[in-house]
Amino acid sequence: MLVVAAVLSGLLYLSVRSVAFAAVETTQDRILGAATLAIAEELRGGADGVVVEVPYAAFSMLGALGEDRVFYRIVIGGETVTGYADLPMPDTPPQGIDPIYYSADYQGDRVRISAVGRSVLVARAPVDVVVLVAQTRDAQSDIVTRMANRAAALGLGFFVVAALLSIVTARNALTPVQRLAEAVGRRGPQDLRPVTRPVPKELGPLVLALNGFIGRLSGALSRTETFIAEAAHHIRTPLATLRLQAEVALRQSDDEAVRGSLRRMIRAVDESARSAGQLLDHAAVIYRSDQRATDDVDLCAVTLGIVDAFRPVADMRDLTIDLTLPDAPVTLSADRLLIESALRNLVDNAVKYSSPEGRIDVSLTVIGKRALVRVADRGRGLSGARPGDLVVRFKRGANVADVVGSGLGLTIVREAAIALGGTFDLTEREGGGACADLSLPLP
Amino acid sequence: MRFLLVEDNADLARSVVTRLSLDGHGVDWAPTLSSATDHLATATYDLILLDIMLPDGDGRDFLAAHRRARRDTPVIVMTARSAVSDRVALLDTGADDYVTKPFDFNELEARVRAVLRRRAGAAQTLVTYADLTFDPLTATVTIGTDPRELRNRELRLFEVLLAAPDRIFSKTHLVDRLFSAAESVTDNAIEVYVGRLRRKLEGSVARIETVRGVGYRLTGG
Repeated sequence: MLVVAAVLSGLLYLSVRSVAFAAVETTQDRILGAATLAIAEELRGGADGVVVEVPYAAFSMLGALGEDRVFYRIVIGGETVTGYADLPMPDTPPQGIDPIYYSADYQGDRVRISAVGRSVLVARAPVDVVVLVAQTRDAQSDIVTRMANRAAALGLGFFVVAALLSIVTARNALTPVQRLAEAVGRRGPQDLRPVTRPVPKELGPLVLALNGFIGRLSGALSRTETFIAEAAHHIRTPLATLRLQAEVALRQSDDEAVRGSLRRMIRAVDESARSAGQLLDHAAVIYRSDQRATDDVDLCAVTLGIVDAFRPVADMRDLTIDLTLPDAPVTLSADRLLIESALRNLVDNAVKYSSPEGRIDVSLTVIGKRALVRVADRGRGLSGARPGDLVVRFKRGANVADVVGSGLGLTIVREAAIALGGTFDLTEREGGGACADLSLPLP
Repeated sequence: MRFLLVEDNADLARSVVTRLSLDGHGVDWAPTLSSATDHLATATYDLILLDIMLPDGDGRDFLAAHRRARRDTPVIVMTARSAVSDRVALLDTGADDYVTKPFDFNELEARVRAVLRRRAGAAQTLVTYADLTFDPLTATVTIGTDPRELRNRELRLFEVLLAAPDRIFSKTHLVDRLFSAAESVTDNAIEVYVGRLRRKLEGSVARIETVRGVGYRLTGG
């Protein structure tokens, strides 16, 4: 920008300078010519020679151009009769009635010279007279420099103003683009509503294209969701049929071998259904970890809901779930699905691995700026497995082969905990069993 | 109990009907939402088992309309999805509970029981036998004026025996009724619960008899 400005004003300076030079030179020539002619007009032939009267007006005219020095020379018949005898003559003697002009160095200055030739009759014989008028060019170059400088300054000025104006214009024009970009950038990944923010006409096509894209994206997403739902439906429904038929067969058979086979079949169905479900849940947790979606979640209500959902299953095995909740709601702003996934897996594990008629203690406490959900059971515990190993995908404890599981439950809990900015700890419970602590930061 | 099963998959529907009738329940099957509406207009049900994806609509819409019409028949949704948030959405729509396909029938039964217990209040379904009164919803056996609470497996065992007094139930049958089919248990596991139920029934003329080599039966003196 600055380079362009410098080059532009330099060019302006040079071109104005040359134009101004030409204009001032022409003016000077005219005045010089007029002065020369004025002197030449006064030449008269006398009886014994040429009469020269240098009119004062001729020189006063030259003063119009400034403080320049003026020289003249009148040559009659090849001899200087008045003025500066060393004032340079033109290369060729001036012909015609119009003066000729040329430049020369004289007395250390550049001078412009006007020359005109006349023939004067003296005693009936023509005598050649040449009149030279010269003027230094200080004022001329002064004027040219002033004009050029002013032009360059004007050029620079115009450039600065134009630059400022263009910045303002660009900013005004780009502000809606920026606002639009911010509005789109601020959206959560699930916000696939079309953009309705008012924009200048010029941005209309952009917004139209953006909305078209959003529309196609949300269409694709909802088709994917529908597809997953339908796939789940079409896989799980036959599995349900298979499981029920196996149950019916189990009820109708007394043969221990057949009953064993049927039980194994039912367990296989449960495992595949569970793995599929846990894989989907795991994918959902990972997907939502990036989203930072927030709802106002009451941890008390969520914990209560999850525990209630498990009560009938726990009842079937005469398990007691003891729930301790604080009196006041514990509210945090987080992704509800992540919290529910974590809690559900914790309670599910406790129920699965507890012996019949056991007791599970679920408690929610607030410690400073953290909420602690503790799920403690009297089940088989970790039996020496390192807690770090159990949260690895598809890794299960050595002591759980008889219980249906996917090896994903604790992985889901840990990943949800990390996404929620909390921690998950699994420890051996004193007196037997496992103790799972999910600690979440409170606002 | 009488169930209305709304499920479009004929194989699954037949299995559910068979499975429910094994436990002595009556089931009407509606393969579409419109036929479910017809059934509800002509009969009363203790519980509706509702699938979500049906050929003529979404089960959740049906559920919402059912609740808007202020019909209070309990509904348990059978969903093929396992996402947790679905549960909240389903319960908000007015479902009493839900099971994820494929489901354990004993779990479904447990959920049905929990739903009915929650909604009890109005309809008390007391059963009297010999000198005892049995309330299945509160799981209480009252002998004279002495109420005794049964734990879940004792309750289910008692219900099975009480449904057909004097009939002999094999250990195998009782195991099937009390344990999840996925649990690996031996028939002897039933002895523990029979022993406990006997203690709960002490003082009554009703008692559980061991029929050696065959099974157990409830007799009323």
